[in-house]
Amino acid sequence: MEYFIQQLANGLTLGSIYGLVAIGYTMVYGIIGMINFAHGDIFMLGGFAALIVFLILTTFFAGIPVALALLVMLIVAMLMTGLWNWTIERIAYRPLRGSFRLAPLITAIGMSIVLSNFIQVTQGPRNKPIPPLVTEVYHIGNITISLKQILIVVITSILLFAFWYIVNKTPLGRAQRATEQDRKMAALLGVDVDKTISITFIMGAALAAVAGSMYLMYYGVASFNDGFIPGVKAFTAAVLGGIGSLPGAVLGGLLIGLIESLWSAYFSIAYKDVATFAILAIVLIFKPTGILGRPEVEKV
Amino acid sequence: MATGTTTMAKDTILKVEHLSMKFGGLMAINDFSFEAKRGEITALIGPNGAGKTTVFNCITGFYKPTMGMLTLNRSNGKEFLLERLRDFEINKVAGVSRTFQNIRLFSGLTVLENLLVAQHNVLMKASGFTILGLLGLPTYKNAAKAAIEKAEYWLEKADLTDRADDPAGDLSYGAQRRLEIARAMCTGPELLCLDEPAAGLNPKESLTLNALLRGIRDEGTSLLLIEHDMSVVMEISDHVVVLEYGQKISDGTPDHVKNDPKVIAAYLGVEDDEVEEIEEKLDKGIIEEGTV
Repeated sequence: MEYFIQQLANGLTLGSIYGLVAIGYTMVYGIIGMINFAHGDIFMLGGFAALIVFLILTTFFAGIPVALALLVMLIVAMLMTGLWNWTIERIAYRPLRGSFRLAPLITAIGMSIVLSNFIQVTQGPRNKPIPPLVTEVYHIGNITISLKQILIVVITSILLFAFWYIVNKTPLGRAQRATEQDRKMAALLGVDVDKTISITFIMGAALAAVAGSMYLMYYGVASFNDGFIPGVKAFTAAVLGGIGSLPGAVLGGLLIGLIESLWSAYFSIAYKDVATFAILAIVLIFKPTGILGRPEVEKV
Repeated sequence: MATGTTTMAKDTILKVEHLSMKFGGLMAINDFSFEAKRGEITALIGPNGAGKTTVFNCITGFYKPTMGMLTLNRSNGKEFLLERLRDFEINKVAGVSRTFQNIRLFSGLTVLENLLVAQHNVLMKASGFTILGLLGLPTYKNAAKAAIEKAEYWLEKADLTDRADDPAGDLSYGAQRRLEIARAMCTGPELLCLDEPAAGLNPKESLTLNALLRGIRDEGTSLLLIEHDMSVVMEISDHVVVLEYGQKISDGTPDHVKNDPKVIAAYLGVEDDEVEEIEEKLDKGIIEEGTV
């Protein structure tokens, strides 16, 4: 039982990270109907931004409180990554809007390759380690929960709430939902659709940056090809939860995280990805729109 | 025509000059000019396929016209060339709003949210592009309150107050039409373009619509409408422009247009020589205008 709870805690941590990345996939898909395959690399970029900020902080401001260092890391990573994703949207996707559907998909894959190779060239192909930032560990009976796990879950929850609030309660979120439903009509009501789409990319990237920073903190290393596997898993999470649905992305992320850690705990760790994708396939057979996805609404 | 040479009378809100729109080899609109007066209801009528909706699409930025100039004169004296504005600026900057023949509501948003999206620019500015709004600043709270009040005002006008929190897609057809007009009005337009607002309405709903449109005009918004229902056109419009095969065939008061032999010919499908015959008779005074 304790073993099970331990695995549950691990899965929850991992799932939070996947969920944050999955939101970026699902938002972009919702608003322009395109899978941003570079999003996984945006996540990786967020981790590197955090790593660089960490190195600067520890070199020039030695003795800085850990909480402050973490906060600065997160904020700078969010800003930097947001800027990257904004630029990518501006140069690689916007000119192709209105082109045939596969065109932005191809540039997205291109951008993914560009980003990972750029990091490989500038940062080197080897794993970059980061000294453990948060080392506190709590024991409850035989269950070990580290402070970083708690931090990850808490930060994710706060961000999810803020994000939910923006999308559902603010004029910006309303414009995003309106743009999602009928881009042209939104423009005719005075909504600057291009700007709204850009902001969506920035928001998605900011969440991915937080996920990337926490991934770095959790595993202690950053690598140029970190974007690939977690990116694919987050994409899977978005599809599993129902692409286009925000709660679906979070649910999908948590499920994938749990499946992965529970499978590794009770069965063979080598097959954990097989299990994840098998479950995705099974869900999609019985519910093609994903768990919380709605079928396309017929227009009147 | 060179820009800047037009001096517009103050009471003209929209001036369309030499508008042409070509789709491949098809000339949908051919050298079409008309003016819409401020504070009036101008109707654009014509047989099916005459190009009325194409004119609307040019005015509201859906199409870039092949040729021609569309000048909008705002009440503050500023003039805008609509064909040069970006899609969202036609509403935001020039104050033109429109509805569609096939209703285009955000069906997944609630009725109230539909009306709030239309006030996006005011709210975005007041919320400091969301950032200040998240901090709960009073300017944003007041703006949000004002936006809801405005929405409630139009909900009442459109008789939808009790449906405010329902998804827009759940409304009946007539109610969706009224909501679309209310939403267009929430953007605070100076010119409201309505594409067949009475299409598919029953006689009772049609009467309510007439009252709504007159109310809008009396509050100072100019209207431009496409309509098939002649009873609506003749009853509410101050000025009628008739379009056939992309060209203007008549322009004037409802009474003038009603008796124009060309219009009658276009609607009833009379041969060209018969039109000439009637025109001749009119000229010679054999028959009097108004009896045709």
